[in-house]
Amino acid sequence: MARTRDVSGARTANTYSADMNHHILSVLVQNRPGVLARVSGLFARRGYNIFSLAVAPAEEEGRSRITIVVDLDSAPLEQITKQLFKLIDVIKISELDPSRSVERELLIATVKAAGPKLADVSTLAEIFEGKIIAVAEDLVTVSLEGHPDKLDDFEDLLGRHGIVELQRTGRVALPKLDRSSRHRSTALRQPH
Amino acid sequence: MRDYVSEHLHEWVDLIFGYKQALHLRPHVIHGAVRHVLVRHEQGAGHAAEGYAHVSGKPGVAMVTSGPGATNLVTPLMDAFMDSIPMVAITGQVPTAAIGSDAFQECDTVGITRSCTKHNELVMSADEIPMAIRQAFHIATTGRPGPTLVDIPKDALTNEMEWYWPTDEEVQAALPGYRPNTKGHPRMIKEAAKLILASERPIVYAGGGILKARAAQALRELVELIDAHVVTTLMARGAFPDEHPLCLGMPGMHGNASAITAMQQSDLLITLGARFDDRITGKVDAFAPEAKIIHVDVDPAEQGKVRRPDVPIVGDANYVILEIIREIKELLQGGTRQADTSAWKSKISGWREQFPMTYEPSEPGGLLKPQYCIEQLNKYAPKGTIVASGVGQHQMYTSQYWKFNDPYTWVNSGGLGTMGFSIPAAIGAKAAMPDRTVWAVDGDGCFQMTATELVTATLEKLPIKVALLNNSFLGMVRQWQEMFYDERYSSVFLDSANVPNFVMMAESMGCVGILVESPEEVGPAIERANSINDRTVVVEFRTDATEGVFPMVPAGAGNSELILHPTQSDPTRTLQPEPKPIDTKLKDAH
Repeated sequence: MARTRDVSGARTANTYSADMNHHILSVLVQNRPGVLARVSGLFARRGYNIFSLAVAPAEEEGRSRITIVVDLDSAPLEQITKQLFKLIDVIKISELDPSRSVERELLIATVKAAGPKLADVSTLAEIFEGKIIAVAEDLVTVSLEGHPDKLDDFEDLLGRHGIVELQRTGRVALPKLDRSSRHRSTALRQPH
Repeated sequence: MRDYVSEHLHEWVDLIFGYKQALHLRPHVIHGAVRHVLVRHEQGAGHAAEGYAHVSGKPGVAMVTSGPGATNLVTPLMDAFMDSIPMVAITGQVPTAAIGSDAFQECDTVGITRSCTKHNELVMSADEIPMAIRQAFHIATTGRPGPTLVDIPKDALTNEMEWYWPTDEEVQAALPGYRPNTKGHPRMIKEAAKLILASERPIVYAGGGILKARAAQALRELVELIDAHVVTTLMARGAFPDEHPLCLGMPGMHGNASAITAMQQSDLLITLGARFDDRITGKVDAFAPEAKIIHVDVDPAEQGKVRRPDVPIVGDANYVILEIIREIKELLQGGTRQADTSAWKSKISGWREQFPMTYEPSEPGGLLKPQYCIEQLNKYAPKGTIVASGVGQHQMYTSQYWKFNDPYTWVNSGGLGTMGFSIPAAIGAKAAMPDRTVWAVDGDGCFQMTATELVTATLEKLPIKVALLNNSFLGMVRQWQEMFYDERYSSVFLDSANVPNFVMMAESMGCVGILVESPEEVGPAIERANSINDRTVVVEFRTDATEGVFPMVPAGAGNSELILHPTQSDPTRTLQPEPKPIDTKLKDAH
């Protein structure tokens, strides 16, 4: 689950990228104590890998939405979703195809920016449409919101300056809208 | 609050098993409509609740205290989870204000039991209790049954509240994520009926789900309609009568050669409430390679978990079987003819003749064979006798040599393989069916784990009978060490012909103890045990320690690599073309 990275900025194998065998599950759950533990416990117990996980209250009172990026090399998606369905608190699971969904993630990072380097970091942030959110004598904290792939690139380039600390939120996603239809997500049904 | 809880428990059960809930809840149970059976260890309460549920179909209830009481219940919860036993556990918890403070006898019960329950819940106030209890029973008994747990802090039990009792609709409305599908998909059911009629080598693979769904009658109707042979898994013994000509008995690692081979060579496995357990399939890739699969299971996650079904049907086994029967009859009336299965059936008869279950019988004055003890127990057993077993060789001998002809007469720990299961489970079964004879078949290893519950049997007047097969070894492990580890025996000798003295141990707990050392004493001892109905009887059989369970499919091997009983190792046998070297990976198995 943890995304390890080294300070030199080289992307490690744990960084997800477009070609990785991942899938996004959007899981609507009852917002009750322990629900996140049930979901993460299930993944741990059955040996499924999570790349990232984001959870927050959903549009409806008493519900939360958990966005999980799962590694399909660890188990077939069908088993993962069926086992998730068995959790009493899980109400609905939508499988989001990355090509038919909008994905966003937020990154904040503190990088070394002594003297003239500050301008370089500032330019970089500007190009990516990120923000400088705090500045110290030789450090600067930047933020960027966007598609996870864009964040990967930004992170790479920031790495050249030396990242002191970095935090990404993990992706959140919703089905992509088009002009004609309302719902593009596939609500997974139990098989018959 | 506490009065209400106990008053309403009798909606589901007439008795519960518990320990040390005395502080808040128990006195009210004792004076209420529900009988409280006071066990001697919380694990005993859990297994007794399982035994009760196994034979009655009602949820078993175990009620224990916080901390160590709850942790001692973990094994039975996991056991019930693996074997899909409806069970409700109620645990005490420290007062809400003390939760998280490492208070005396506090533990994170819902955290610990999260992965061994179907659902669990910590209630934080009195007014949450009715809904939590109602949900616990609803979830435990519907869909794929399983254990649930409600953790109740002390103050939630003693505080006041406005009484209410949720309706079924309210319970379901509060569980929007729980809608078990019991009706199979009509198109799939039709598809299954077609496949069945087209199959030339069908086998009905019946699992524990038949019993959970109360579908034994429907199963029999289906089997007789299509005239196909049936295998009954360890969890399904009794779901189809062993004496029926179409019954092949148990498949799997220690199954009967004809059952294993018939599955292996079948072209259609009609899988009803079974889950392709590793002890059934052996090496999955080599399992029934030519068979199409119809898989009926109420749990969608079982579909395709091990073997991809050709026709998956998610639904209640009883409902689906009746629907399949209806479809088949319709097809037959419409002129569809069933494929000719006569060649297949004569093949099966050939295997049955060639490879019967066998052992070297006990000679008078010779060593006592465990299989002989089981056959004799079975022979003298009154009709309707319930058998509970522990885990190990004695469990396999019982499943192999007892003729099960009625459903709900076999209680065992199949999935988890919990040693020590039999005595408390037998007590639970006796509590549910006081008029039946209940035999616990136990081994000397198992017996020493939970024999303390014989005190419960005596004092709670739940007289069971225990057949203790004492071979002084952890027999199953000894057998593996003999077969796969070059007879390098390690930590398997229990020396239980010397210590403890089982007869004295039994008598010290108020039971009658009988020692049997030779074959000719077996019958009279069993007859004597059967004649004693007011006390628990322990019959210790000193059995041949070198006896092994056969046939056997070594762990990790395919089902064609069957090892028969040494006396059957006839060079002309066709099941195992040539002895294959045992895979070295076996050594990591089990």
